[in-house]
Amino acid sequence: MKPEELLYADTHEWALVEEQDAAKIATVGISKFAVEQLTDLVYIELPSVGTETQAGKEFGEVESVKAVSPLYSPVDGEVIEVNESLRDALETLNDDAYSGGWMIKVRLSDEASLAKLMDHAAYEKQCADES
Amino acid sequence: MGSECLTTPLHQNHCERNARMVDFAGWSMPIQYEGIVAEHLATRQRVTLFDVSHMGRLSFSGANAAQFLDRISTRAVTPIQAGKIRYSLVCREDGGILDDVLIYHLNSTNGESHYSMVVNASNRSKIVDWFSQQTDACSIHDRTLETAMIAVQGPEAIRLVSRWLDWDASSLSYYSGVYRSEDFGGLTLSRTGYTGEDGVELIVGAEQASEVWETLMSLGAEQGIRPAGLGARDTLRLEAAMPLYGHELSESIHVAQTGLDFAIQCSGRDFVGKASILEARENGDLPVRVGLRLEGKRPAREGCEIYHQATRVGEITSGTFSPTLSTPIAMAYVNESAAKPGTPLEVDIRGRRHAAEVCHLPFYQRA
Repeated sequence: MKPEELLYADTHEWALVEEQDAAKIATVGISKFAVEQLTDLVYIELPSVGTETQAGKEFGEVESVKAVSPLYSPVDGEVIEVNESLRDALETLNDDAYSGGWMIKVRLSDEASLAKLMDHAAYEKQCADES
Repeated sequence: MGSECLTTPLHQNHCERNARMVDFAGWSMPIQYEGIVAEHLATRQRVTLFDVSHMGRLSFSGANAAQFLDRISTRAVTPIQAGKIRYSLVCREDGGILDDVLIYHLNSTNGESHYSMVVNASNRSKIVDWFSQQTDACSIHDRTLETAMIAVQGPEAIRLVSRWLDWDASSLSYYSGVYRSEDFGGLTLSRTGYTGEDGVELIVGAEQASEVWETLMSLGAEQGIRPAGLGARDTLRLEAAMPLYGHELSESIHVAQTGLDFAIQCSGRDFVGKASILEARENGDLPVRVGLRLEGKRPAREGCEIYHQATRVGEITSGTFSPTLSTPIAMAYVNESAAKPGTPLEVDIRGRRHAAEVCHLPFYQRA
């Protein structure tokens, strides 16, 4: 996936929304900027399939040597798939944050939250301000 | 970070190396440069430089300095020979820990010896006030802002410092130091550190610090030197099971429960807190400091509760993922009944129980 084609939350998660069998499915991960800020990742906690997610609420956590950081869902819906392979291969996040580093897929229950997400240009600007 | 943060004389050097700066105990300090794990492993395998100028540096003068220090220290000070440094604790009458410190008794160039101390940054003003209340027979000078302190740590550290000074630093035994008033605005060189590796710590004049740092960085290039931040300092000291004030040590933790018995000398002397230590040892029901290894990859952090079956037996004071052992490690205070190495325990990490085992400390000891 190209970072330019994704939507971003101000908490550094990305979402790719695609239509599938008349439903909207969001693939969710965290940005390369977030991975670089966290550094030295050692552990990830992801939800199980069937968990309800709410935009702005925690869906998991990622932990570096130094600290734990919550993962916030950018969308409302239900988790339909989890990237289980990440647990034992966190380096994927460093190498490939936008494809192999995806975390969950969510079937959207409501699209209203999408309006609050940023496009790539706006997100780049936020990162520039933060660094 | 707030503009009221103090900066060390090496601030510019850190910024030029793209350090990530954080506010620590009122100081703007580098938490990391390239990454905690890389800096940690460079310290274990080669050599790193740490800016530890935020640590408080006090010196004592007056004929009664040794007697005064002996009275406020859990460890005897009057028997410390000139040229030696000792780790000690400072506590209240009730045993609550005010700080852990290094006490230096070093020879000056003029042939006389003098006493000085390194205290934690977060406790500096508290300790200066406490000492001032305890004596008027000895003067206390806070040299923190007029000096800088650099730790050179790792298996290559002694070779590097020897090349730098054109002097055999290996002649300095562990926990010994020298003072050279004519060098670098007054150089204190000690075979000490907070990483579990061999190394030295340097105190130099604030104005000379930047040049010393850059000289060591250039000289150490062939040995693979790296700057290292407070993040690696924390993982290194935790592997070495060295306590950190605010975590394993605090005013609400009794000096007798720390397991730092080598630094508590009760026989044949009197000091602030002694009666309380003897009483606590007599009663013997305080939780004790232990090491834990956790199963899996998830680190436990400060504040996580520890269970033995259904019973809560203690709490984590420091936890991280050990870069050397590739496993989560932690220090904790637990009830004596659960403190024996090998005891299986469970740690509650944000609502979920994780298996852990009490282990011998330190987690890491250099060969």
